[in-house]
Amino acid sequence: MGADAVFHVEGLRKSFGQNEVLGGISLELHSGEVTVLMGANGAGKSTLVKIVSGVYERGAGTMRLAGKAFDPQTPAEAIRAGVVTVHQNINDGVVADLDVATNLTLDRLSGKGASMLFKPANVRAEARAVADRMGLTIDLKARVSDLSLADRQMVAIARAMAHQPKVLILDEPTSSLSSAEADRLFSLIDRLRGQGVAILYISHRMSDIRRLADRIVSMRDGLVSGTFDKKPLDYEGAVNAMLGRKIHLDRVVARSSARAVFTAEGLQLAQGSKPISMTLGAGEVVAITGLVGVGKTALAETLFGVRRPLAGTMHIDGKPYGPGSAREAIAAGAFLVAKDRAASGIVGGFNIERNISLPFLRRMSGFGVMKKRAERVAARRQIDELGIVCRSEKDELSTLSGGNQQKVMVARWMSQASRLFILDEPFQGVDISARRDIAAKLRASADGRATLIFVTEIDEALETADRILVMSEHTIVGEHRNADVDLDRLLAEVAGGPLHSAA
Amino acid sequence: MTLRDYAIRYGFIVLLVGLIAYFAIAADGFASPQSAVFIFQSVAITGVLALGVTATLVVGGFDLSIGSVATSAMMAASYAMVVLEQNAIVAVIACLVIGVIVGMINGWLIVYMRVPDLLATLGMMFLLLGLQRIPTEGRSIATGMTMPDGSVANGKFSETFLALGRHRIDFFIPNLIPVSVVVLVVLAVLIWFFLEYTRFGRMMYAVGSNERAAELAGAPVKAYKIWAYVISGVFASIGGILLAARLGRGDIASGNNLLLDAVAAALIGYAVLGAAKPNAFGTAVGAVFVGVLLQGLTMMNAPYYTQDFVKGAVLVVALVFTFALSGRGKR
Repeated sequence: MGADAVFHVEGLRKSFGQNEVLGGISLELHSGEVTVLMGANGAGKSTLVKIVSGVYERGAGTMRLAGKAFDPQTPAEAIRAGVVTVHQNINDGVVADLDVATNLTLDRLSGKGASMLFKPANVRAEARAVADRMGLTIDLKARVSDLSLADRQMVAIARAMAHQPKVLILDEPTSSLSSAEADRLFSLIDRLRGQGVAILYISHRMSDIRRLADRIVSMRDGLVSGTFDKKPLDYEGAVNAMLGRKIHLDRVVARSSARAVFTAEGLQLAQGSKPISMTLGAGEVVAITGLVGVGKTALAETLFGVRRPLAGTMHIDGKPYGPGSAREAIAAGAFLVAKDRAASGIVGGFNIERNISLPFLRRMSGFGVMKKRAERVAARRQIDELGIVCRSEKDELSTLSGGNQQKVMVARWMSQASRLFILDEPFQGVDISARRDIAAKLRASADGRATLIFVTEIDEALETADRILVMSEHTIVGEHRNADVDLDRLLAEVAGGPLHSAA
Repeated sequence: MTLRDYAIRYGFIVLLVGLIAYFAIAADGFASPQSAVFIFQSVAITGVLALGVTATLVVGGFDLSIGSVATSAMMAASYAMVVLEQNAIVAVIACLVIGVIVGMINGWLIVYMRVPDLLATLGMMFLLLGLQRIPTEGRSIATGMTMPDGSVANGKFSETFLALGRHRIDFFIPNLIPVSVVVLVVLAVLIWFFLEYTRFGRMMYAVGSNERAAELAGAPVKAYKIWAYVISGVFASIGGILLAARLGRGDIASGNNLLLDAVAAALIGYAVLGAAKPNAFGTAVGAVFVGVLLQGLTMMNAPYYTQDFVKGAVLVVALVFTFALSGRGKR
């Protein structure tokens, strides 16, 4: 291999402060091939992309493009050298208020040799040439803000291709596209592959990967954990390499539950997805695992009333449950520790005590006036029970470590009894000891309620849950009791394909 | 605490005390009960407006329409009494209704029509500036004025109403404290208690700090935001009532400085005690600060046109205190 590799990366390293994000990455991209890069959150994919596209400076290692050293100091240099990146956020790649033709030729408006005057006729002619090369059928006079997301994506890619790059990097290009829209993107990618462009395609979606990949590179914890290029591609192996399997120090003793607390029947999350039915028992901790983008958060939000299902019914303790807002869900005893605490959990201006009491102000006040004593007592009890490391309940959240911040978020929702306790990615950005504390507390307090956690990492599910459900394409595709789990089958379900006979 | 922490926490209080000490020495008659009362009286109206705008700042918004709500209320009160010959109660109720309606429209524009807060309230400000002049075709309202149709308006400001702006209550010294100052103090205590000690105030701060977190904690975020603008509108209309009672007529040229002074007071309030957030106590101190500064400058015979400059400079310094030094400020 490597004879026709157009782009080489050797021993790439990058650290932010003490924290090593890339620990020596080597990678090859070949002309006319789609190389898929897989990796969980925090594996270092985006750091790698940012170094290659000239946003970050690399710590160590070499990069060569078509035999020559490639050492971009700025994104513009990377583009000029022939490495073009289309970022995940589609709207970063286009200027919404300008028309398609101007967008396609935008990069020629500035830089050396650009004419002072804006010549509409020239712009249109150039844009037409670019569009034809790409097989783009969008009206060039349309304003980008009037286009669908998929069309904007096409324009962003076409704009990138106007530089006639040797390497094209696509960062999760389908994350906000429907499957029909994605199909158009795939035929465009096929066309580019046919023109001999080396494509690095970053995605979590197994359906994309199965459709496009010539090679798969899996990353984990800043290292390449597997390269797969033998046909037929070993998709499960790639997922396995990406999620990894550690030795499980904390195996749980799986409990089963007799009495159902929460049931869902025929819950449909997305257009065309299979409905979900499930029963959660009292005292049971259930984990739902699956790759990013398979609808885990959508399900969590549906159970919490923030999102409406397309169809289906839910019950808590036998009573119909159909919350129209978070407020109604909380009143019915369903609590959610939301994903991404910085954006949707922490109130920055509040101290620990006030962050914990936030959803239960009514229960801690009389005639609208806060009972500060009750608030303090509740906060101190939670600090104690979860082992939150702080000086006092008056500490600002910004002075706490990530793990302790997350404990405060969990404490918020454990300060009152719930019927259905949902946690969406509760271990994200949390150190190992805080993760164990939280998991242990969840299990110890699980009696009487149903507990549901959503995690991408299978390890986290194995460490906390009595039962593991697997999600793929907005539905549940597998169920495992957490005792002698058949990991091959579980991984196959996560990877979303038909089960190969695992003999 | 480091020196820096002390500077952030007590810097503005020290500045205020220093300012008072300086004027007490430099300007004759500054350090007297009458002078103190005069300062409070001069800040009563802007103080009330500032307390209202504080409520919108708490939910992460802003209200630029307060000045024109106040002058509209003043014109409405004058119109009710002078032209329609109504009594004081009707005039006061008319003003408060205007405050509520404007607040609800502002809230609706911002929450449901998704107009950015600054733009929505800026639009409302211009709208009201025009609207308040329509009934009298741009004339000021006073007893004996000629109406557009040629008739003469013979109504009078009721004595009860004027007392709101002019009556003084005995307090150790006879005729010392004006009613408007009492209104300011009462409203300041009310809004302070509301923001600091009730669950509604607490939730408003949560909405201003992290809207999504507040929503996921079950708060009706939209309702809280609209309520904040209603509070702001009502407080501004109370300011307008006090203004009308002090002037005794509906003067279309008055109230030009209300917006700047009130916003300055509320934003200076961020820097008081290192709060780095909108708060009622800080706003009250900020209002007093502006009042002391203006009264002192006036007594030292500084020309009137320097006052706006000084106010603006103080505001800029206060904002630096809040945003740069404490390093966590957020509007």
